Amino acid sequence: MTANQPSPNHLQLTRDGQLRHFLTLDGLGRELLTDILDTADSFIEVGERSIKKVPLLRGRTVVNLFFESSTRTRSTFELAAKRLSADVLNLDINTSATSKGESLSDTLLNLEAMASDMFVVRHSQSGAPHFIAESVTPGVAIINAGDGRHAHPTQAMLDMLTIRQHKGRFEGLKVAIVGDVLHSRVARSQIRALNELGAAEVRVIAPGTLLPRDVEDLGCIVEYDMSRGMKDLDVVIMLRLQKERMEGALLPSEREFYRLYGLSQDKLALARPDCIVMHPGPINRGVEIESAVADGPQSVILNQVTNGIAIRMAVMSMAMGGQMAERQQKQIDSEETRG
Amino acid sequence: MTALFDINQLLDELEKGLRLMLTERGIEDPALIGIRTGGVWLADVIGKRLGIAEPFGELDISFYRDDFSRIGLNPKVKPSSLPFDTEGRDIILIDDVIMSGRTIRAAMNEIFDYGRPASIILATLIDLGARELPIQPDVVGSSLALEAHQRIKLRGPEPLHIELQESGQ
Repeated sequence: MTANQPSPNHLQLTRDGQLRHFLTLDGLGRELLTDILDTADSFIEVGERSIKKVPLLRGRTVVNLFFESSTRTRSTFELAAKRLSADVLNLDINTSATSKGESLSDTLLNLEAMASDMFVVRHSQSGAPHFIAESVTPGVAIINAGDGRHAHPTQAMLDMLTIRQHKGRFEGLKVAIVGDVLHSRVARSQIRALNELGAAEVRVIAPGTLLPRDVEDLGCIVEYDMSRGMKDLDVVIMLRLQKERMEGALLPSEREFYRLYGLSQDKLALARPDCIVMHPGPINRGVEIESAVADGPQSVILNQVTNGIAIRMAVMSMAMGGQMAERQQKQIDSEETRG
Repeated sequence: MTALFDINQLLDELEKGLRLMLTERGIEDPALIGIRTGGVWLADVIGKRLGIAEPFGELDISFYRDDFSRIGLNPKVKPSSLPFDTEGRDIILIDDVIMSGRTIRAAMNEIFDYGRPASIILATLIDLGARELPIQPDVVGSSLALEAHQRIKLRGPEPLHIELQESGQ
């Protein structure tokens, strides 16, 4: 790959390979992903102190730009920014009214005029954070908080942090992602991260109607039968049934779905006895997962929420640090040119 | 020159100075905190010499550095760990080398985020001068001035020794 090619890394990384935007896990190697997890580990410790704040982003302004609502993701990003001592502005923007491209550009111009340093972007259209990263003023960091069906990289990384906490490694692990893979941006990012970090096997378990075409190309094995798919699992990740994104008859009925693909205690018993259960939330109890499993000893669902704050602190501080180091470098370069 | 780099002699000085200071101030139950990486090795050694049984704390000051806006975040940051409550405690803060004083400023800011200590004594193995902030160690193993091309580094933990690096070599 040459430097001139518009790869995701060209946009995401500085010349020295530091993060400056966080848009997708594509193109980020194992070393950088591990750095993110290690940095997040240190932020977990900050969350246990009497004063849960560090001064890294003091004086910086972070704008949560949510074109699609999400309580949990937005609130953990907000808390993460505040624990980094940043000032936070939350904007929930309904896109249904106006032409999206136009409103996006206008919104951005206005926000840039407020001297923002970072945009955390959630958008229903795939690629919106990329578009913003390409057009935004240099020095402003863009963090993808979920775009269309494309990617949700902070969610995938908080899941990786949770897996590492409980399993201590990725090598040799068998991990399954179960449910609505078709509409899931999380699943794509998870498959990518698991493969890069060295998991032994990534399975997707779903009915054919809820799988994207050529899903195997993402680097996973497809299993239509859940009982077979649960065998020897170390980690099972349940996906939320995205009812609001369903068009047409992709499902016979919720009850039928639960019977075939819901995680019940019986099905969990087919996995390894120390298999952990994950779910990005919000949970549809009795649709994807039995309550006794969601609240059971193998569930790490609430750990995921806590880890979400630490992962977001890590990514935000690393991207802002990359932007500032780059600004500094440009200043040195221009002084040298003048001198 | 070699005498300056006898690690045991420097540790003796540090121990002697700390004992004196603790007696002077009437501190009977100090808590030790080392700054990563060299300060942590020293906290281990000094803790044993002073007979402090309580586990020492380890600080990673990466989240408090004042050059974040110039160089970004240290990718090798590790979690800090303070296994005791700092509130109301008399702290001995240890680092290997003091120069600008910026590391110590960052470390004190971090300590205060855990609670309000009763006092902090600063002990450093080597004082290189060249201060940029009004921060001075209470106890030092040795003071020395380096040439512009020289760097000094504590290596360890086993064996603990001091390395003088000449740039351009």
